Amino acid sequence: MINLEMTQKMIDVKSGMNNMATGMLRPISRYYDENEHKYPQELDMFRSIKIMSRPKKKKAGEETKPDKPDSKKLGANLSMVIVIEEMCWGDLGLLLSLPNAGLGNAAIAAVATDEQMERFGDKWASMAITEPGSGSDSGSITARATLDGDEWVLNGEKIFVTCAERSEVAVIWATVDRSAGKAGIKSFVVEKGRPGFKLEKLEHKLGVRASDTGTYVLDDCRIPKDNILGSAEIKESTEGFKGAMKTFDNTRPLVASMALGVTRAALDFTREKIEESGIKLDYGKNPNNLSAVEKEFYMMEANLEAMRLLTWRAAWMMDNGEFNNLEASMAKAKAGRYGTLIVQKCCELLGPLGFSCENLAEKWIRDIKITDIFEGTGQIQHLIVARNVLGYSSKQLK
Amino acid sequence: MEDRGFGFNLSEEQSSMKDTVAKLIKSMVTGNPAHDMDEERKLSREIIDKVWELGATISMIPEDYGGYGMEYSPIMNSIILEELAAGDMALAIAATLPSTFIYTILQMGTEEQKKKYLPLYCDPAYKACTVAINEPRFKFDAVSLETKAEKSVGKYVLNGKKCFVPMAKDSGHLLVAANDNGKTELFIIESNNPGLKIGEREKNLGLYALESYPVVMENCEVSADDRVGGDKGCDYDRFLQKTRIAMSAIGTGVSRASFEYARDYAKERVQFGEPIASRQAIAFLIAEMAYEVDAMRLMTWKAASVLEAGRDAKRESYLAKLYAGEMTMKITDYGVQILGGHGYIRENPVERYYRNGRGIAILEGMATV
Repeated sequence: MINLEMTQKMIDVKSGMNNMATGMLRPISRYYDENEHKYPQELDMFRSIKIMSRPKKKKAGEETKPDKPDSKKLGANLSMVIVIEEMCWGDLGLLLSLPNAGLGNAAIAAVATDEQMERFGDKWASMAITEPGSGSDSGSITARATLDGDEWVLNGEKIFVTCAERSEVAVIWATVDRSAGKAGIKSFVVEKGRPGFKLEKLEHKLGVRASDTGTYVLDDCRIPKDNILGSAEIKESTEGFKGAMKTFDNTRPLVASMALGVTRAALDFTREKIEESGIKLDYGKNPNNLSAVEKEFYMMEANLEAMRLLTWRAAWMMDNGEFNNLEASMAKAKAGRYGTLIVQKCCELLGPLGFSCENLAEKWIRDIKITDIFEGTGQIQHLIVARNVLGYSSKQLK
Repeated sequence: MEDRGFGFNLSEEQSSMKDTVAKLIKSMVTGNPAHDMDEERKLSREIIDKVWELGATISMIPEDYGGYGMEYSPIMNSIILEELAAGDMALAIAATLPSTFIYTILQMGTEEQKKKYLPLYCDPAYKACTVAINEPRFKFDAVSLETKAEKSVGKYVLNGKKCFVPMAKDSGHLLVAANDNGKTELFIIESNNPGLKIGEREKNLGLYALESYPVVMENCEVSADDRVGGDKGCDYDRFLQKTRIAMSAIGTGVSRASFEYARDYAKERVQFGEPIASRQAIAFLIAEMAYEVDAMRLMTWKAASVLEAGRDAKRESYLAKLYAGEMTMKITDYGVQILGGHGYIRENPVERYYRNGRGIAILEGMATV
């Protein structure tokens, strides 16, 4: 049944997280922006939350209850996008620094065997896909893994790795056979400290400075044979690669909800200043009879609502076991782009308050930009949406 | 707070109504009657009757007043309006026009008003009754009207000008919004009231097929009994919320029609040896149209959800209409652009969607949920 009004449970999750963001993240937001790469120790208390993990599997013999479709129950993904929006309303850089909540943890949770889950499930895992010559085209990566006896030998360079320094293990994407193209791409768990593995450098970024983005160099780095995630076999089809890309259907709504949080932070601050100036926002007048500031504000608020509904739909579909490749990309495309535009506009409306480091708005305009870039740029999302609605393959629409 | 769950899925009842309306619209659109009606500037009465026969409007009216007594649902009404508007916006407004009159009296009228007026229009046969909100002036605002109602003994005297009054000539009664001592009220006026003059049929940018008229009231006397809600007056805020959600639903339908037509065209149209859809310049426009149509629909449903729960949807309905107004124009513009020169020719419906699309932001009170 259609009902897009928040339930009491959703409101409770939201307000609980908002208190946390207000009390814990906002006060340290500026500090860790200015102290780039310094680990926010305050976040240690979140180590047990495991945002990107999966529930422990029941022991053999124990019956697992099939999930009953229950509209009254708050699904895990819908709950997660609400949590992330609130935390990013607090601070996006700090959210990205949450222990044990790396994208690598999501990849491990998605495909690891029970044995691997035992070994890596409690470790903070970063995800290393991007290379200097391979960004959106992740099928073209050149890092390679060669089987030598009971070990894989890894060589290559990985850039833009989130949580590069703080993570305990890294999920490295590498090809076992370049001639096999995408079918040859596999992911491997590398424990920090193995010989041949090096954190080469940490980046200095436009925003989300609390997050340690870095470069890994793998030089004949040896890892056990069973550190490969998924099958080592090169199949005719590219199902394995597609499976890895499917992880993004799950994580894109999360990234979209990051955009919601930062955008709302900027919008809330702008509303506060507008109201302090004596303008009453009452949602009644014909837009033609509003001041430019009011009209801009309402339009931004409407766009935020649109971003949120697209995001919640994608998350809700996951909770209901529906394939959401199209809807996840719609959410990310809209939220990344409009979030960026809205925060830019907020800073403009705020005038000097939007340019000064006395306030957080100038930080948000830097932070929000990443949401239209990582987990697939806005352009990649548009490609995915277009291919879906046109019924085109990646060959038909390049 | 009552917990109704949260979800994006249509109930069985909702999806069966959606399919029924969609099928009906599809069967009527074969042979391009939406285009023909637009060119002839005349809606097919047969099509209006068929839509009316579905009973969407009167199903939610209690049996005492001639309806079927089903539960009132703004969400269901939004779904129906989108489907109708995806076929033709003029038809969507005309075929559901009595709803605005009927629902308003049902939900805000006095017992006497309900008994007197509802049975007239809650009939298995379509009978027109209309609503006059818009005024022909710069800076028109539905929340501060220039049409005035002045109280006198046992009656009100109305003065002012209205425009875009759909089907005024055929309507038995008009619901007229006027400023009554600083508060907006709605008045039920018989179309043959001597103080009310229905002018020459208007010519507008869009909605060629929908007859609409200017209406002038000069010392138009209305019995005090015919002020909606009697002494209490009406809840004009709520009236506006319902009509704003309706316009967003219609905007969603028009935009969807433009999106679907442009999408299919772009796959067929070959230039430089390949379909134009295989170029990003076109494909990205199509992607944007796709998610904006969905966003508009979700905004509409969100506002309708609040209303359906019996809560105040002032903010949600305002934002939904603002969004739909802006996005419908953008999407229908993209629709014409993707067809290029062919989009400018009236044979292709995207030019009609573009003309009609401008109405979403401008028009107030032409439909309701």
